[in-house]
Amino acid sequence: MPKPDSLQGSLDLLVLKILSRRPGLHGYAIMAAVKDVSGDVLRMEEGSLYPALHRMEEAGWITAKWVVKETGRRARLYELTQTGHKQLEAEEQRWQTVTSAINLVLRTV
Amino acid sequence: MSLRTRLLNAFRGDRLNREIDEEFQSHIDEAIENGASPAEARKAFGSLLRQREASRDVRLSAHLDSLRADAVFGWRQMMRHKITSAAAILSLALAIGSCTAAFRLIDAILLRPLPVSQPDRIFALNRYAIAPDGQAGSYDSFAYPDFQQMRAAVKGSAELLAVSYTEPADITFKSDAEMEKAKLQYVSGWMFGTFGLRPAAGRLFTERDDEKPGGHPYAVISWDYWSRRFGRDPKVIGQKFRMGNTLYEVCGVGPEPFTGTDRGTVTDVFVPTMMHPGATKDDWTWFRILARLQPGVAIEPVRARLDAASRAFEERRAQGFSGMSRTELARILDQTLMVEPENAAASGLQHEYRPALQVLGILVALVLLIACANVADLMTAQAASRAREMALRVSIGAGRARLLQLVLVESAMVALLAAVIGTLFAWWAAPFVVSRINPPDNPARLLLQFDWRVMAFGLALTLLVALLFGLIPALRASAVKPASALKGGDDPHSRRRLMHSLVALQVAFCFVVLFVAGLFVTTLDRLSRRPIGFSTERLLTLDTAVQRPQPAVLWDQVADHLRALPGVQSVAISNWALLGGGGWNGYVSINGAPPSAVLAFFLGISPNWLDTMKIELVAGRDFRPEDTFPGAAIVNETFVKQFLPGQSPLGKTFAKGDERSVIVGVVRDSPYAVLRYPISPVAYVPMHNLAKDGSLRPIGGGTFIVRTRSENPITLAGMLRRGIPAARPEFRVSTIRTQAEIVEAQTVRERLLAMLGLFFALVALLLASVGLYGVLDYSVLQRRREIGIRMAIGARAAGIVRLVTTQVFVMIIAGAIGGLGLGLFSARYIKTLLYDVAPTDSVLLAAPLAVILTAAAVAAIPAVLRAVRVDPAKMLRSE
Repeated sequence: MPKPDSLQGSLDLLVLKILSRRPGLHGYAIMAAVKDVSGDVLRMEEGSLYPALHRMEEAGWITAKWVVKETGRRARLYELTQTGHKQLEAEEQRWQTVTSAINLVLRTV
Repeated sequence: MSLRTRLLNAFRGDRLNREIDEEFQSHIDEAIENGASPAEARKAFGSLLRQREASRDVRLSAHLDSLRADAVFGWRQMMRHKITSAAAILSLALAIGSCTAAFRLIDAILLRPLPVSQPDRIFALNRYAIAPDGQAGSYDSFAYPDFQQMRAAVKGSAELLAVSYTEPADITFKSDAEMEKAKLQYVSGWMFGTFGLRPAAGRLFTERDDEKPGGHPYAVISWDYWSRRFGRDPKVIGQKFRMGNTLYEVCGVGPEPFTGTDRGTVTDVFVPTMMHPGATKDDWTWFRILARLQPGVAIEPVRARLDAASRAFEERRAQGFSGMSRTELARILDQTLMVEPENAAASGLQHEYRPALQVLGILVALVLLIACANVADLMTAQAASRAREMALRVSIGAGRARLLQLVLVESAMVALLAAVIGTLFAWWAAPFVVSRINPPDNPARLLLQFDWRVMAFGLALTLLVALLFGLIPALRASAVKPASALKGGDDPHSRRRLMHSLVALQVAFCFVVLFVAGLFVTTLDRLSRRPIGFSTERLLTLDTAVQRPQPAVLWDQVADHLRALPGVQSVAISNWALLGGGGWNGYVSINGAPPSAVLAFFLGISPNWLDTMKIELVAGRDFRPEDTFPGAAIVNETFVKQFLPGQSPLGKTFAKGDERSVIVGVVRDSPYAVLRYPISPVAYVPMHNLAKDGSLRPIGGGTFIVRTRSENPITLAGMLRRGIPAARPEFRVSTIRTQAEIVEAQTVRERLLAMLGLFFALVALLLASVGLYGVLDYSVLQRRREIGIRMAIGARAAGIVRLVTTQVFVMIIAGAIGGLGLGLFSARYIKTLLYDVAPTDSVLLAAPLAVILTAAAVAAIPAVLRAVRVDPAKMLRSE
C-alpha cells in the first residue's frame, strides 16, 4: 500500500507529466527530474515512487522495458501509453480545477 | 498488467522478486554514480524488504500468492507425515466416494427432472384413501375409461397422459427361437407431442395412433435401445417384431435424452395405450396419469374438476356392486385426488426405493461424518506437534486470519485429493450397486449420468468436508498463545478432551450404522426364511398368451402335450404364478351375509396345481376336471380364520358378488402377491369358468407351471417354448421364469439394503477403529513422561493400561449410549423397510455394542503395548 506523503494526490500527475515530456526514464531519473524542475522544492521519496510506478504500470498508464546501459547494468525505463496520455489530461484538468478553486477561496476570504 | 499477469505473477513470485530487487539496485547505483555515498543512498532508500513487499503486492494478486505459499507448505507437511496423510485421505476418499455414489443413485431415481420441455409444469395424479385395514394409502393407477372422462373434464387447461409402468416383455424380431427381453411402456399417443419431443429417426406417435383398441400395432423405440440393439441402424424403421400374438412395426426412434417417464429406468419400446388389453376395462387399473398444465392455469381448479370426474366414474361403477352395505360403499368411494409435482409423486421404482434410498443416504452421511471426525482427530494430533511452529508464526506477525487460511488450505488439499480418489470410486461403485439390484436376466437398466450435477455435488461435498474437519483444528491453531506455546506449556489436556469427544461422536454414529445394518440383515434373513408353503425347486413358469381367448379344453390339451415332453415331471395351469405380481381380489360374503370388510384374493388353478406346487392339502380334496368357478373353491387357512372362525369350513358356501362357491378343500398358507405382506385370505378356484348361460368361458391367458426333473430347470426353457406352439399354434410363450427367480425378485430391495448396510457398517467400523487407534496412540505419546515417572515410582503395567485406556473407554460407552438413543429413535422411521424385526430386540441392540467394543479393544492394543514398554530410565534421561 502506498503511504501518504507530502505529494499525495499530485504524485501521479508529476510522474505522468515528466514521462510525457521525456519518455524512457528510469526511477532515479524521474526522481531527479522532479527535484530539478521544481527547483529543489518538491522531493519525491523512493518509498512512494516505486509503488506508484508499479501501480500505474498495473493500471496500464505506463509501460516498462529493461534496457542495458553503457555501464553494462540493466535499467528499467518507463514511458506513457495511450491511456496514460488521457489520464494525464484528466489529472491536469483536475489539478487546474482544484488549484483555481483554492486560489479563489484564498483571494475572496 | 492485466489480472491475468497478476495471477500469473503469483506463480512466479521468485522471478518477480528478482526483477524488483534489480530495479532497486540499479536505482541505488544510479544515486551513487550521481555523487551520493553508498551508505547515504541505501539509507535514502529505506528498508529494501519493505519496499519490495509494497511493490510486490501491487504487481501480483497478494491473496493468491499466500494461497500458493500455503499449498506448497501444506504439500510438504503431507509428505512429511506420509502414513497419517494417506490414512486421512483414504478414509475420506472412501466416505466421499460412497456419498457421491449414493447421490448418483438418489439423483437418478428421485431427483432428476424429466428431459422434456418445461418439466416443472408436469404433474402426477394420485388418489388418497383409507384402506380396509384403516391405514391411509395412496393409489396412482387408473382405469382407462376413467382416464378418458378425466381428460375430457380438463380439456383446455391441462393435458392428461396415460403412461403404464415400465415392464419387461418378451419380443421377437425374427424367429421365436430368438426371443429377447425389452422394457416396454404403454404411453398415450399424444405424449411425445405434449412433451415437445422430436424423433431421432422416423416418426413419433400422435393422437391418431391411439384411438381404436388394438388398432395401432406401432412402436417407437428409445435412442438407448436403438444404439444398444441396432447400432443406430436407420433401417430399423419399418422392421416388425412380435410381442405376445401381435406383430408391431417400428415407426420411429425417440430423442436421445428421453428414456421413458419412469425416472431412472430406461424404456426400450413404447407402444400406444390402445394396444393394452385393459384399454376398455373399467375395473383394470394399469397405468398412472401425468398432467401437463397450460401456462397460467392454477392447479386447484384443475384438481377439483379431475376429482369430480373421477368420483362420478367410481360412483357409476359402484352401482354394479350388489349386496354391499351403504357404509362400505361410502368408504370405497371416499377418495381424494391430488395433483402433485411429478418428481415428488411416488411411483414405480421411486415408490419402491424412495424410503430405502433415503435411509442409505443418511447412513452414508453418518459414515462421512465419522470419516471427518477421523481426519479432524489426525489433524489435531498433528497440530499438537506444530504448536510451536504456529506460535513462532504469530510472534513474527502472522495474523489470525492468515493462520486460519494456512490450516484450511491444508484441509482443502486433503479433501481435494480424497475427492479425486472418491470420485473414481463412485464412478465404479454406483453401476456396481445397480447391477446388484437387478436379477441377472432382467434387462432393467438405470440411467446413471456422470454430469455436472454429480460434479457439483461432489465439489460442494468436498468443500463442506474440508470445512467440517478443518475448521476446529484451524480455529485452535489460530488461537495459539505464543508465550505459553513457545515455553512448551500449552495445556495438553484441552486437546485430548476435544479428541475424546470426537471419539464419542464417532462411536455414536458407528453404533447407529451398525444397528441399522443389523436390522436390514435380519430383515433379509427373516424374509428369505419365511415359509412360503410351496417348493420352488425345479419349477418353471411359462406365461402364455393367445391372440383371442381359447376354449378351456385347448389349454388342457397344451398341458397334456407338455406333460409328454422329456424331463417334465408334472404340469398345471394357473392365472399367473404365485408372487409373480398378478392379483385378483374382491369382497366375499359368507352364507348370504353382507360382504366382509377384508379383501379376499383369488387365483384360478387347474387340477393337480396344488401337487405341482407342492402345497399341502390340510382338509378336503383337490379340484376335479369337472369342477368350475363359480361352484367349487379351495381356501387357505387364513381364509378360514378370517371368515369362518371356529367352524368346519368344508361344505360352507361363500359368494363373490353373486357367484357362489362351495369350499371343497383347505390348504396351507402361501404368500400371494408380495412376500413381505401378511398372508391374505386366498380362495383358489378352478380355471374353468362358467359363463351366465352355463357354457365354459374361453381363457385369454395363463401360466403353465412345470415341475421338471432337471436341477437347473431353465435348461428346458427352449424346448418348452417351442413345445407350446407345437401343440396349438395359437398359443405363444411370452415369458419364462423359474419360480425361484420370481421369489428372489421379491427380496431385491431387502438384499440391496442388507448388502449396502453391511458395507457401510464395515467402513464405519474400520474408520472408527482407525480414529480410536490414532487418539490412543497420540495420548500415549503425549503422556510418555508421566508414564515414565509413574513406572519409576513403582506403578504396575495393569495400572498403566488403566491410566491410558479408562478415559477413552468411558467415551466409547458414552458414545454407544448416545448411539443407542439415536438408533432407537431412527428405527421408528424405517419400520416400513423392516420385516418381522423389532428394533427393541435385545440381541440386535447388543450385537453392535459387542462389535464396537471388540474393535476398540483391537485398536487399543498397539497403544497399550507402547505404553507398557515405556522404559522409565530412558524416558527420564531423554528429557
